[in-house]
Amino acid sequence: MYKILKNEELAPKIKLFEVYAPEMAEKAKPGQFIIVIVDEKGERVPLTIADYDAKKGTISFVFNEVGKSTKQLGLLKKGDSIWNITGPLGNPSEIKHFGRVLCVAGGVMIAPMRLQVKALRYAGNVVVTVVGARIKDLLFYEDEIKALSNEFYVATDDGSKGFKGLDFLKDVLAKEKFDRCVVMGPVVMMKNVSEITKPFGIPTVVTLTPIMVDGMGMCGVCRVTVDRKMMFGCVDGPEFDGHKVDFDGLIKRQRMFLPEERLSSLLWELHGGCRCGGK
Amino acid sequence: MEVAVVAESKSKPKIKKEAVPIPKQKPEERRHNFNEVALGYTEEQALEEANRCLQCPKPQCVTGCPVEIEIPAFIKLLREGKYEEAIAKIKEKNSLPAICGRVCPQEEQCQLKCVVGKVGEPVSIGRLERFLADWERERGFKVPEIAKPTGKKVAVIGAGPAGLTVAADLAKLGHKVVIFEALHLPGGVLVYGIPEFRLPKKIVQAEVDYIQRLGVELKCGFLVGRTYTIPELLKERGFDAVFIGTGAGLPAFMNVPGEDLGGIYSANEFLIRVNLMKSYAFPCYDTPIRIGKHVVVIGGGNVAMDSARSALRLGAEEVCIVYRRSREELPARKEEIENAEQEGIVCKFLAAPTRFIGDEKGWVKQMECICMELGPPDESGRRRPVPVKGSEFVMDTDTVIVAIGRTPNPIIQRTTEGLAVTKWGTIVVDENGKTSLEGVYAGGDIVTGEATVISAMGAGKKAARAIHEYLMKK
Ligand SMILES: Cc1cc2nc3c(=O)[nH]c(=O)nc-3n(C[C@H](O)[C@H](O)[C@H](O)COP(=O)(O)OP(=O)(O)OC[C@H]3O[C@@H](n4cnc5c(N)ncnc54)[C@H](O)[C@@H]3O)c2cc1C
Ligand SMILES: Cc1cc2nc3c(=O)[nH]c(=O)nc-3n(C[C@H](O)[C@H](O)[C@H](O)COP(=O)(O)OP(=O)(O)OC[C@H]3O[C@@H](n4cnc5c(N)ncnc54)[C@H](O)[C@@H]3O)c2cc1C
Ligand code: SF4
Ligand code: FES
Repeated sequence: MYKILKNEELAPKIKLFEVYAPEMAEKAKPGQFIIVIVDEKGERVPLTIADYDAKKGTISFVFNEVGKSTKQLGLLKKGDSIWNITGPLGNPSEIKHFGRVLCVAGGVMIAPMRLQVKALRYAGNVVVTVVGARIKDLLFYEDEIKALSNEFYVATDDGSKGFKGLDFLKDVLAKEKFDRCVVMGPVVMMKNVSEITKPFGIPTVVTLTPIMVDGMGMCGVCRVTVDRKMMFGCVDGPEFDGHKVDFDGLIKRQRMFLPEERLSSLLWELHGGCRCGGK
Repeated sequence: MEVAVVAESKSKPKIKKEAVPIPKQKPEERRHNFNEVALGYTEEQALEEANRCLQCPKPQCVTGCPVEIEIPAFIKLLREGKYEEAIAKIKEKNSLPAICGRVCPQEEQCQLKCVVGKVGEPVSIGRLERFLADWERERGFKVPEIAKPTGKKVAVIGAGPAGLTVAADLAKLGHKVVIFEALHLPGGVLVYGIPEFRLPKKIVQAEVDYIQRLGVELKCGFLVGRTYTIPELLKERGFDAVFIGTGAGLPAFMNVPGEDLGGIYSANEFLIRVNLMKSYAFPCYDTPIRIGKHVVVIGGGNVAMDSARSALRLGAEEVCIVYRRSREELPARKEEIENAEQEGIVCKFLAAPTRFIGDEKGWVKQMECICMELGPPDESGRRRPVPVKGSEFVMDTDTVIVAIGRTPNPIIQRTTEGLAVTKWGTIVVDENGKTSLEGVYAGGDIVTGEATVISAMGAGKKAARAIHEYLMKK
């Protein structure tokens, strides 16, 4: 059982939890993820580590309430406990002095990006950060990330704040040279950004979020095609070369269980989940 | 039919040729539920079967048992109605009897050697073991005497049969044992692989509870290599020795086109969803599974049989096992092949997939196969399947389960410097389970590659002895 020490709503349906998990806090690194199981009947939900504090023995994660599991998680309060958490999982991000780094984060992944920007700055990089969301109400951490970055931009899909869409990145890239680009966010966004950076020849790292079950290399559901080879998102990643990922394949695989997920979510909304008692 | 068996005793007892059959759920019923197929002997049936044992002075059965249970001795106690003593006799050698009584390949081990088997069916040793284990579990376990604390601490990585055995043995000897298990539940393949209808999870849980009552601490959700590494456990976390029992959990794929289509599961994914995550009870349990009408399972081992039978229970209209050799080479347990066939699973022999064809949504709809014929024997001694040119054919399918094998879990090997590993990724050990690193031992599937529950337990026993010796000298 993992106790929730902090529960904060960062934006509508986007929540930050801080939990007491000293062993994980001691070992966590930027880019890694955890797997959360709400209760005995829960599924294994992968979430990126958004922060950690080895002294306090805590880790934080930020999640979007999209389906049954994340909605149920979102109901937990400070002082409640989560049934099981496994982690840290996945390979840590490569953090070193690259030079100028462009960081692009979308939606809920703005949270782990803050950790990434912090680490990249600490390693002596010049960091230009872009945070984006569908609409301006879904943005968070703007001030914190702005303070950490050398340059900072905001973009929204509907243009309600900052740039409309990510096309402006072409101008940013045309103006100045970048040595690396780090993208975290919805798959479509990671695909877009990778397409934008490709002609400029900027090495681009994306954090893939295929469907996972065990998250430790045992089931193979997280397989993604990178450079025409089969890779396991959980143990070979989650970070991959954005110019080599088959994003369309990934998008298809992410939708595999959509009808079942909808059913589960609907039952949850209607009467708090299935009531058959597991029969 | 009654036949005389010439035993080594003078009395020449009359022995029934046939074993007492084990009551089972009817095929028409069981193919729709996940309840246990075999129901177990009643007391009467157990006594009747036990009476078929000749109490051989030089029992061959014992030589066939990887952990050398004193089989005639426990059968004798059973026969005398001394059930408590009988199960204690088994437990001298085996801490997981309810599990072994259900899933051990007895027909290739103790029962293969049983002399009664020369004239009829061998004594059903496994079913008797199961009877006693169930008898005891229903009445509550007795915790055996535990040696006084030695002050030594051992880390066991992996809560499969190998790890559980090491932990139980070392705890009884007075050592402090902590098991680190990556998944959220203990049991290894026993909980994530073998289906409920062959091995109910509450039985695994009961036997794990027993091991915890010996004083073993269990930490689930703890992937060694990512959280702590082995060198850290030894140098910083105060452990005096480590046992690696991480099993063979990495699924193999065929690397044919279309394998990433929706509806194509590795057997591991499929079985983890169904068993560990209880997808058969979705949406009451949260992890979904999608099963189509025409399910194809590729492979021919126990894993393929378990996948096929699970798919049937999840509501598939037809389930076909596609195997590249012929019926004679099927590696699965005979009893389970029979069970599967009774339930209506069909087999297509001498065929192998060459590609998968998907629909516009990225879901599999067809599988192209090529026919095989058997050539001369290969390294494994089985006749090698050779593709027949131009014999491709197409099958309709909407769910494919790839059950062609599993290889060792690689995380420990990748994160432990100096650990000697073979080219297949298995860990190199000496005859006592000692690895190339001081104080580090290993056993089970991680050493042998995919094997059996009892061989993993046997390896655990040996390693426990060696670790004890090492600790007491240290
Ligand atoms: C390595 C990794 C890191 C992730 N980090 C975060 C994070 O920091 N914050 C966060 O909010 N989410 C993150 N995700 C996605 C998150 O795991 C899913 O949103 C979650 O599993 C949805 O569960 P649910 O039951 O609430 O929704 P479901 O009902 O299962 O699904 C709802 C929707 O989410 C999509 N979805 C389901 N599973 C996944 C998945 N594994 N990845 C992506 N989309 C999925 C479905 O296609 C569906 O449209 C991460 C995923 C991975 C693999
Ligand atoms: C579907 C199926 C059916 C089978 N049927 C039979 C049968 O009928 N009879 C039979 O005798 N055998 C059967 N087997 C084989 C048998 O189950 C295995 O040989 C046996 O379980 C091996 O035991 P083990 O302890 O070595 O490993 P496992 O049972 O694989 O256990 C290893 C454990 O280690 C954990 N682990 C892995 N890496 C780490 C890490 N880095 N840190 C922490 N924990 C880790 C895993 O999560 C797992 O729980 C079957 C196997 C399968 C897959
Ligand atoms: S089980 Fe078979 S081999 Fe073993 S003692 Fe009895 S008759 Fe002999
Ligand atoms: S999630 Fe199972 S192998 Fe990656």
